[in-house]
Amino acid sequence: MRRHLLSAADLDLGDATLILDTAEQIDTALAGREVKKLPTLRGRTVVNLFFEDSTRTRISFELAAKRLSADVINFAAKGSSVSKGESLKDTALTLEAMGADAIVCRHSASGAPHRLAEWVQGSVINAGDGTHEHPTQALLDAYTIRRRLGRLDAVRVTIVGDVLHSRVARSNVVLLDTLGAQVTLVAPPTLLPVGVESWPAEVSYDLDAVLPKADVVMMLRVQQERMNASYFPSVREYSRRYGLDARRMATLPDEAIVMHPGPMNRGMEIAAEVADSVRSTIVEQVSNGLSVRMAVLYLLLGGAHMPDGAVA
Amino acid sequence: MTSSPAWLIKGVRPYGEDAVDLLLRDGIIAELGAGLDVAGAEVLDAGGLIAMPGLVDLHTHLREPGREDAETVETGSRAAALGGYTAVHAMANTDPVADTAGVVEQVWRLGREAGLVDVAPVGAVTVGLAGTRLAELGAMADSPARVRVFSDDGVCVADAALMRRALEYVKAFDGVIAQHAEEPRLTQGAQMHEGVLSARLGLAGWPSVAEEAIIARDVLLAAHVGSRLHVCHLSTGGSVDILARAKADGVRVTCEVTPHHLLLTDECVTGYDPLFKVNPPLRTAEDVEALRAGLADGTIDAIATDHAPHAMEDKECEWAMARPGMLGLEQALSVAVQAMVLTGALDWRGLADRMSVRPARIGQLDGHGQPLEIGSPANLVLIDPDVRAVVDAADLASRARNTPYALRELPARVVATFLRGRPTVLDGKAQL
Repeated sequence: MRRHLLSAADLDLGDATLILDTAEQIDTALAGREVKKLPTLRGRTVVNLFFEDSTRTRISFELAAKRLSADVINFAAKGSSVSKGESLKDTALTLEAMGADAIVCRHSASGAPHRLAEWVQGSVINAGDGTHEHPTQALLDAYTIRRRLGRLDAVRVTIVGDVLHSRVARSNVVLLDTLGAQVTLVAPPTLLPVGVESWPAEVSYDLDAVLPKADVVMMLRVQQERMNASYFPSVREYSRRYGLDARRMATLPDEAIVMHPGPMNRGMEIAAEVADSVRSTIVEQVSNGLSVRMAVLYLLLGGAHMPDGAVA
Repeated sequence: MTSSPAWLIKGVRPYGEDAVDLLLRDGIIAELGAGLDVAGAEVLDAGGLIAMPGLVDLHTHLREPGREDAETVETGSRAAALGGYTAVHAMANTDPVADTAGVVEQVWRLGREAGLVDVAPVGAVTVGLAGTRLAELGAMADSPARVRVFSDDGVCVADAALMRRALEYVKAFDGVIAQHAEEPRLTQGAQMHEGVLSARLGLAGWPSVAEEAIIARDVLLAAHVGSRLHVCHLSTGGSVDILARAKADGVRVTCEVTPHHLLLTDECVTGYDPLFKVNPPLRTAEDVEALRAGLADGTIDAIATDHAPHAMEDKECEWAMARPGMLGLEQALSVAVQAMVLTGALDWRGLADRMSVRPARIGQLDGHGQPLEIGSPANLVLIDPDVRAVVDAADLASRARNTPYALRELPARVVATFLRGRPTVLDGKAQL
């Protein structure tokens, strides 16, 4: 494993599999326990450096670090020195001086965690940077697919929605390719990046044509503001052409699952009855996120041995 | 000027051709020949060195007034002299903007006081670079600064009607509009060249068409009203094609390319280091090839640095927050040698044409870009073509440090620069 996790491209098949296996071992080790806490990162400090609001990702990382007994500091940019004009570099050096072993960074600017990694000694984990990547989301998605379907190799994954602006899509395309899955991207042409043809994925504009051949459908959040920049004419038209409703869901193969990274726009990209159906893994994704983030923190910080020989 | 001593330059190779001696006296090349021996003249042994007319930059940001923490006319002039330049055009996007006779005169005067290169101020096309109404172009032209090049560089004159009027208006004093070609609606929030890499890096794309569409429009406008147009910092192969066609059609258009667009590609952006953030952005290897070919065949008239100093804090930050631009003056010649001469695309005479002769003509600087012959102004640069050196940002004379060439090994070194017979650089060191 490298020192940082900045992009899903940092992970080869061995690294990615190790993280997923470690997450599984953590789940096994904690299953049925009353005290869901491991002593592995005792005395280590994890900083959640969030320049963008994200309650879900932040509390997931916070809980993951706490369950590994690390000391956790939440550093939100709002109301801090950052809002008084402090630069990313000065913030990094301050955290460094305080002895942060890992910095979990969420930032609206693509590449901000890469810059951070040049200025600190500790590990940097990208918790979402602009429209670039969100590697732990891809890991938890892969983990969820593997648990539900029992495999990743040759699994057909369809990712639907605002690929252009989606860091979730970027990380998933890279990681799923590494893990042997077959990815198809479905979106209106305006929401696919120029250069998408170089990605290891098929591209389609026709959701109905793709669904019968999908083992996994991953719906991306679509911001209504995109409508104002003419990426699509109206919410209703988007929903008609690219939304997943019960009728469309019925065309999926029997075992297929429906995923969404959240937060959802119910009624836009996903119908409520789909989100709440048995195919939906949306709630599992949240709990799997915790296990995967524990695994990432554990492996990057080279924590002490897992109890019960959970990790070799 | 006339009081400065004569200089006898021994054994220098003009344009890399046969070695001769040059006598610089009274601000001109007074004698040229073999075995010159002049009593009382300072002697410079220039064996192995190549002489070219002093370089002329059409596109320099000196940052004064307004951002003296990044560069001043004086520090930028020193960087220019060290780069082999004897004249630079100072862009208008200062604070306050150079959109009045007062500001261009101030910049011109600061250049005279620094005395290292001739500083020719560029005047803004529109008031405050706002793109809504014409600045007093005539007043700037008539001022002691004698402005002939007008540009809103950094911002495109996007309004077609306003661009047409500007092109027409400057005909009265034989001015030229230097356009920063960037269709603003196509580049909102743009961070890098739009292509395979921008898709992967998640950075908003700056499509080639945003440049090419404006160039196509502007050459049609220039043809329609019979005016001179100059296109700044060409960055795409498509732009070269449009200009080749326009020139073949007889449109009075000239254009420039930066050193960095001749050498660097969008691959440099991969690490998100804002030292490589520049506008227009670094493009693909195919674009670099097309630009080199366009410069070699003369479609592109000039190498212009777009020297853009920035304070450290404007580059040591997130990519999206960083200001675009990179230093160029001190490495331009080396980069040009690397990209054009060592590749066989241009010989030294060709390089002199693109870095001195044609830029001087475009900027109407009569004393510059003249051939190395008896009677020409003694503006020249002496180059050691055989050394290679690794660029150290800490060694730069510019006040800023945002060079994209740090740690890169580049060929050729400026040994001496003469401005009207007086050395501004000797043995690679500035003389003021």
